[in-house]
Parts: sequence; structure tokens; C-alpha cells
Amino acid sequence: MALRPQLQLLGTDLLERIVGEARDILGHLGTKVQNPRVLKLLADYGARVDLAKSHAWFPGPVLDRALASVPRSFKLFNVMGEETHDFSGLKVHFTPGSAALHILDHKTQQIRKPDTADYVRYAQLLSGLGNIAAQSTAFIPADVTDRISDSYRLFLSLLYGEKPVVTGTFTIEAFQVMRDMQLAVRGSEKALRDKPLTIFSCCPTSPLKWSEITSQNVVDCAAAGIPVEFISMPLSGFMAPVTLVGSLVQHTAETLSGIVISQAARPGTPLLYGGSPAAFDLRYETTPMGAVETQMIDCAANEIGKHFGLPTQAYISLSDAKLLDAQAGLETAMGATLAVLSGINSISGPGMLDFESCQSLEKLVLDNEICGMTLRLAQGIEPREDFPARPIFEELLRDGHLLISPHTRRNVKAEHYFPGPVVDRANLSRWREEGSLTLGERAHREVQRLVGAWRPTRLAGESKKELCALMAKEARRWGMDMLPERAVEA
Amino acid sequence: MEIVKQIAQSLEAGDDALVPQLTREALAQGIAATAILDDGLIAGMNAVGEKFRVHDIFLPDVLLAARAMYAGMDVLKPLLLSAGIPSRGRVVIGSVHGDLHDIGKNLVGIMLKGAGFDVIDLGNDVTAARFVEAARSREALVIGMSALLTTTMPVMKEVVDLLHKEGLGGRIKTIIGGAPVSQDYAAEIGADAYGYDCAQAVERVKQLAASAS
Repeated sequence: MALRPQLQLLGTDLLERIVGEARDILGHLGTKVQNPRVLKLLADYGARVDLAKSHAWFPGPVLDRALASVPRSFKLFNVMGEETHDFSGLKVHFTPGSAALHILDHKTQQIRKPDTADYVRYAQLLSGLGNIAAQSTAFIPADVTDRISDSYRLFLSLLYGEKPVVTGTFTIEAFQVMRDMQLAVRGSEKALRDKPLTIFSCCPTSPLKWSEITSQNVVDCAAAGIPVEFISMPLSGFMAPVTLVGSLVQHTAETLSGIVISQAARPGTPLLYGGSPAAFDLRYETTPMGAVETQMIDCAANEIGKHFGLPTQAYISLSDAKLLDAQAGLETAMGATLAVLSGINSISGPGMLDFESCQSLEKLVLDNEICGMTLRLAQGIEPREDFPARPIFEELLRDGHLLISPHTRRNVKAEHYFPGPVVDRANLSRWREEGSLTLGERAHREVQRLVGAWRPTRLAGESKKELCALMAKEARRWGMDMLPERAVEA
Repeated sequence: MEIVKQIAQSLEAGDDALVPQLTREALAQGIAATAILDDGLIAGMNAVGEKFRVHDIFLPDVLLAARAMYAGMDVLKPLLLSAGIPSRGRVVIGSVHGDLHDIGKNLVGIMLKGAGFDVIDLGNDVTAARFVEAARSREALVIGMSALLTTTMPVMKEVVDLLHKEGLGGRIKTIIGGAPVSQDYAAEIGADAYGYDCAQAVERVKQLAASAS
């Protein structure tokens, strides 16, 4: 077995002190919970609550009870019910960054609002990106009413893609149809519970607050057996202490409070100990996701999650650049590398630019290669047929090369990751002869090729019809009689 | 002609046992050696070359296919010779004088043989005089020169100049390759072609041979 390379940022003493301080904060300062139903649930579970002040406090035993019932691992399955994700140990899976407001238009190189056609292209593209295991509801089509912008993304993803979906709701009302869409795919509540199809992101508001919507989402997901990922977002120096340790204390407290809500609603609900913490740039008043400090908080939070024995998530392999430029590559690659070395089970971010607000199809193609390289890194260095070494060297010295050696042919694909044409490995002459293409041009060619290679998913026609009917009904509910036309038949 | 297709497919799979066996069976069925060569062996190698160009397969697969091609050619060669059917042409290759690097040159040689050329490999450290003499005496259509060092590149120009001096310029074509050389350099020294990798080198040699023969 190969040594699994692993990054560690926290020593045991510091980690335990951070956890201890977070528990102290939850016990003495508590969190705001702006949802009376959830407050009652928490009170029944043993938390101290003040309904009038919309506040809850979490004594140690309540935290321990919740932590004890969280599954130590879980799996995800695609629309066909095939296993795609195993969130356990140090296994890692990539997911595109989610819920961007904008898309980078390759043709104009302008950041603009996306529409349905963009989303369909995204879903088609993602079907062909082998190193990104899940879809996310990556951006918000602007050609439908805001009231369905969450369910509409899931609808398109389930219609045009097979991979499981990391998603979330923007309202309490949208949950039902988003659950019903999953039932249309799976066939029954039990089947959905047995084989989860989605993960819902649920975000506390820093500092230490759960809104009515997100706390209700946590409860609704628990009732339906839908896994959640908690996306705590402390901003160092702004809505969190400026120190990395202080931000980690806050992240731990906010995430633990979410765990209690989830387990109080239904013990055993699967979840990811996740987050999107960020450094706060006090010069630009921005939240750089590509900052090394952001990535350090992510990795350290992952260590804390693993200390609790839980599967983990982070928004870490993304960039703040506005174009597919060198900054986009360096920040994404650095984050992805650190995330993989840390063993963050669900790594969110590919495709994303501009502080989680802009998706790029061309960047997804590049990031798919970054993911491939880092996944290779995670496999480490492993002796295959290397010992004793003398026979292969005898062969080398005898034949002058090992190009057609059985040893080469048996091991080449396992030992070496071969990226697609977006990563330039041609010699200068070939690169020139093939048009001296820039990274962006090569990535765009791949987008075109992969979108062109897309074929309708294997999901049964009846299920697709049901999805369409559910979406049409939901749109009508919010005053939209006609959904945008889709040029690509599902 | 189903069996000829099978030959091409077996060649693509790099099966150097099945290709000669099928070649013998095809001959026994009365299929002409030229048809087996063109529609089986060379068609298979062309498919391999295209797959390699677009990265569907890698170098080892090409070399294995070439090995299978040789195995099939061994069966056909006596028949082709007795029928007076020439090979695709003869190519003299070598690493230029002062250069002891020959891996790239060897790859090109393997690929050229796979494409049906008769290859005379002069090895490495080959002087201009040896290139020209070998090409003239063996009636080669093309001289292929390889260099890895900037210090040895000028020998390529010596070969081109010598060919012209001896009145062979234009009749015997030249192609160069190797890390330090380029299309621009080929044009600068008057070489007829440049190949940036072994697959492209084979394509260029095919064009040169067609124009020379």
C-alpha cells in the first residue's frame, strides 16, 4: 500500500483547545435561531432555548449526543442508482462551485447573467468531465423568476446529467418540489433514503446565527433523509476574529450548532462537516477564496471535522480572478492540492471565479485537469512491479528502451495521469502548427467537443416527463406559465 | 475481404502472432499480396497513426502495431519482391556526426518501417559523407537526420550542401528532426521537411517519397 500523503496544520493540543473554546461559546453565548419550530425541536432535544429572544444554548451533553448519532460515512448515488461517492476516511471527490450569479462568456470575455441555454450546456459539459464526480447547481439562470431559481437548477441538472447534485434551496417553500423531483428519479421515499441523490448546502449566518430558512432546510432535509453540508462562513477580521484560530473557533461552533439541529430533527441524518470560511481583505473589502489563509482555515476545519469522526467538505478549489488567467489557475490548483492532501471528502469550487459569484465552463475544463492531477497525487507513490529491480533494468539495457515492455504497458495508465489537450504538453513546433492556441482557446475547444459529445441520460422517459410536469407546476405556482424553451432535447 | 479487415484490426491491437497467421490465411484464400498490404497492413497502420495523433492511443501501442506490421511484412515480402512490387521507398536515417542520441531517430525508424518503408538505419555519429554515400548507393528517396544538440545541428546543413554539390539535391529529399531544430531551421538550411515528432515525421516522409518517386 502506498503512503497516503497528508497535510496536517493543527497539533492535538491546539485542535482540542479550539474545540473546547467552541463548546464553551455554544454553552454560554449560544446561537441565534430565528425559527420557533426549530427552537422547540432543540428544547425537546435538551438545549436551553429562549423563544422570545430566538436564541439557543447547547450544553456539552447535547453536543455529545448529537455528535454520537451522526453517521461516520455515507455514500451518494447517481440518477441511475449507481454509487459515485464514498464519503469516508481520506477519500476525496470534487464538485463544481455552486450558485453563482454570473457566468464568464468565452466569446465576449465578459461576465454576464446566465440563462437556461447556459445551464444546459453546463450540465452537458459536466457529464464529460471525468474528475468531477458530482454536479452542483452551479449558477442561477436569470430567465426564470427568482421564486423558482433554486428548483429550476436542480430540474435541469437531473434532466441533463446523471451525476448526483450538490444543491440547496433559497426558500422554505422550494424544498417540497426539490424533494419531489428526487422522488421522481428514485421512485420512492425509501429508495431516496437508501440511495441519496443530492446534498443540500445549509448555511448559518456568521456570527452564530441560523435564519428561519436555513434552519428549516436542515430540519426538512433530515425528515426526508437528504444529506446536508454545513457551510459556515466566518470572515476573518470582519464577522469573525482576524486570527485563523479565532475563525476556526467560530467555524467549529457554528457547524456544531448545525449538527445539533440536524440530529435533533432526525438522529442519523447524514451530513458533511463543511464550510466556506474566508479571510477578509481589509483593503478591498472582499472575501478572497484563493487566499492561502482561507485555504488554511478550510484544511484546519477539515481536521476538526475528522477529529469528530465526520466526513468533511470545503469550498477551496476556486479563484477570485475575473478571467481564466494565471491567477485563476494558481489559486485553484493551490486550493485543490491542499484539499486533497488534507483529505477533505467533498471539495467544492471547480469552475468558480470572482469570489464564488461567477462560473466558467472553460475553467471547469481546466479545473477538471487540476482535479485529475491532485487525485493522482492522493494515490501517492506505490511499488507495483518494481522489486527486485534488476530484471527490468536488464530488459532496459538489453532493448535500449522500455516503450513496449509489458511492464510499461501494464503500469503506464495507473502510474501516470494524462491530462486532456487543455494542458499543453506539445513541443513548440507542434503547438505552433496546431494554431498557437492559448489556454482559453484550448479550453473552449474542449467545451465545444464535450458538449457535442453529450448524449441524453439513461434516466427513464417517464421520470423525465414527471420532472417536467413538476417543474411546470412549480413555475405556474409562481406566475410563470411558460418555462424558457430548451433547444436540446433531454 | 473480411479477413483483410481482420488483419488491419489485429495490427491495431498489436497482435504480432495473429497478423502473420491471418496474412498466410488470406494468401491461401487467393487474395493478392498487394491487397493484403494496402488494405490490411498499411490501412491498419494508418488507423493507428491517426489514433496516436489524437491521443486515443499512446506510443507503446504504435510500436506494438509496427511490430505486428513487420510480422505481416515478413510473410508478404518474398511475394512482393518476386512480383517486382517495390516497397514504399527507401529511407536512410541516422543521428548526425557528434551526436550520440538516437532514441528519437530509432522511433522514427520503427514508425517508418511500420508505414511500409525500407529503412536503412546508419546509427549515430553519422557524417555527411556517409549519409550521402548510403543514400546514393542504396537508391534512397529520403535522408532523415536527427540531432539533440545545438552543436551538432550544422552537420544537417553539411548533408544538404553535399547533396547539392554532388548533383543529388532535389532527387534525394531531406527531413530533419530533434529537440533543437525547427521548421524555420529546416527552411534556413534548405532541408525539404521537418517533423516535430515521429508521427509527423512519417507523414512528411510519405509526402517526400511521393514527390521523389
